[in-house]
Amino acid sequence: MLLSQRKICSPCEARSRAAERANAVIAGLAVFAVILVAISLMLGRYPISPDQALAMLVNQVIPLEQTWTDQQQTLFFNVRLPRILMALMVGCGLSVAGAAYQGTFQNPLVSPDILGASQGAAFGAAVAILAGFTAVMVSVSAFCFALLTVFLVLLISSRAKGNHMMIVVLAGVMVSSLFQAGVSYTKLIADPTDELADITYWLMGSLTGAKMDQVAAVFPILLVGCAVMFVLRWRINILTIGDDEASTMGVDARRLRIIVIVVATFLTAACVSVTGMIGWVGLVIPHLCRMLVGADHRKLIPASMLMGAGFLLLVDDISRLATTAEIPIGILTAFVGAPFFLYLITRKKRV
Amino acid sequence: MSISVKNLTFAYGLHEVLHDLTFDIPDGTLVNVLGPNGVGKSTLFRCILGLNRDHQGEVLVNGKDLKRLSIRERAKEVSYIPQSHAPVYDYEVLDVVLMATGSDLKPLTNPGCEQRKRAYAALKHIGIQEFAHRPYMQISGGEQQLVLIARALAQNARTIVMDEPTSALDYGNTVRVLSCVRQLAREGLSIIQSTHNPDHAFLYADKTLVLRDGRVDAYGAPADVITSELISGLYSVDVEVNSLYGDKVRVCVPVHEVEQIQEGNRKEGN
Repeated sequence: MLLSQRKICSPCEARSRAAERANAVIAGLAVFAVILVAISLMLGRYPISPDQALAMLVNQVIPLEQTWTDQQQTLFFNVRLPRILMALMVGCGLSVAGAAYQGTFQNPLVSPDILGASQGAAFGAAVAILAGFTAVMVSVSAFCFALLTVFLVLLISSRAKGNHMMIVVLAGVMVSSLFQAGVSYTKLIADPTDELADITYWLMGSLTGAKMDQVAAVFPILLVGCAVMFVLRWRINILTIGDDEASTMGVDARRLRIIVIVVATFLTAACVSVTGMIGWVGLVIPHLCRMLVGADHRKLIPASMLMGAGFLLLVDDISRLATTAEIPIGILTAFVGAPFFLYLITRKKRV
Repeated sequence: MSISVKNLTFAYGLHEVLHDLTFDIPDGTLVNVLGPNGVGKSTLFRCILGLNRDHQGEVLVNGKDLKRLSIRERAKEVSYIPQSHAPVYDYEVLDVVLMATGSDLKPLTNPGCEQRKRAYAALKHIGIQEFAHRPYMQISGGEQQLVLIARALAQNARTIVMDEPTSALDYGNTVRVLSCVRQLAREGLSIIQSTHNPDHAFLYADKTLVLRDGRVDAYGAPADVITSELISGLYSVDVEVNSLYGDKVRVCVPVHEVEQIQEGNRKEGN
């Protein structure tokens, strides 16, 4: 057409300063996360020096002369490393799910549990704890119920008339409260000496006792989920301007929206089912990232992944080091998240 | 033929909005659609854009039946310029324009150098390349409308649908946007747009399509179509079409209001 025939003096390189800055921020977040991992590996009541930590990791591939005690090795591989990996993965997963949900629902105040994934997971976990299942089965049950809840919400909203996105959110809130009532009921009939404590503790969310096999179970879901989000990141931009307008630009908005919602739900369910309820990360991190790198999801998605991973690791470090009795991370993230949320809704809008 | 509509009938449920519409829009023509609120202008546009798919009759864009095209293929034939509205997230202007460049991308790939060039070229074409890296929310409404026109250009479709592009703009921006649109039509694009102001038709349109009660009431050159009787009947206001600058331009004047002014003057004189 007209435009393609015109000679254009390669404006391709002319990237904006904002885009360059965003790339620098993303690189900075990656460096920050790596440094944080290195520090976190050493931190703890059992001191492990940096060279010991490095040597133990290398030792997995190339056998080295042992400069560490067996006790240190057990601690390192069975307690500290899985916990750090889990913090990274859950932070990353919840944040990217939050960013994706906020994009598809065209609402910056949406969090990953908007469609009831968290409440569903809580109900699944509570029922499994009541039934006396093992920890693994509790996670599996939480995961299945989280998926079931969101499926239910989407099914209901597809049958309702009216503003589709509004209906989806309303259905999410309603189904959520249904499962919340379910959780309350399980707490009522739970044995107060052990089951009730287990349920309550699960609801607080914690990374304590993260195991390598849990990490191995969550990792594939997280990897696939993040890969899908990363690939679709530019198309999420188009979703934020509404279905009809997106369609006129050649994007099947309905199909894309369902894909994004399903993938984000899998990510949320996988994270929440192993750690319990960790709120606010999925709401706050995308916001912080938007302030740093702008609204473009091509930058926002990777930035959310990296910052979410770093943030949750940092909060978890605080949670395990600040006091001798660990503070559950779900409480700490809310302590950080709630004031920040209030700041967001009260701050003056930038012109 | 850019747009060819034959016996188009469309209903929302039982409520029939469009009745048996038939008209053709030749290539490179700027058509202005007139009609009171709720007459079905937006519904007609949705049919042309392929958003209302369960219509009866035939809608061909550039000779292709939209019902048989995928969403991606439709986007290559016809693009859409909505009224500028506040987006939820504040994107850079260039990113807004880039959104329309996806129809020829391979699935799962993001726009690259070529698409960026196209977006820059579109902005330059409209004359707003200096806005490329400004935040979309921080430019004025008129500028936002121009960005949306650039976005439609970057989509590389030969036909453009504009739904009331100037209804939220001030006078200066209205003139700027409409003259930009006319220029694009001169360059060979076919544009169908709705406006509320019949004066715009005289200044900017090649043809005027008048919708009344969901039917084509009149279709032809603005000077032939827009008469005092037609506008008066269409909007239920007494209107007189006046000729200015040796009939180069015509304007519609509500007669009743002129009489009121005269009466007021007479009283003041007493």
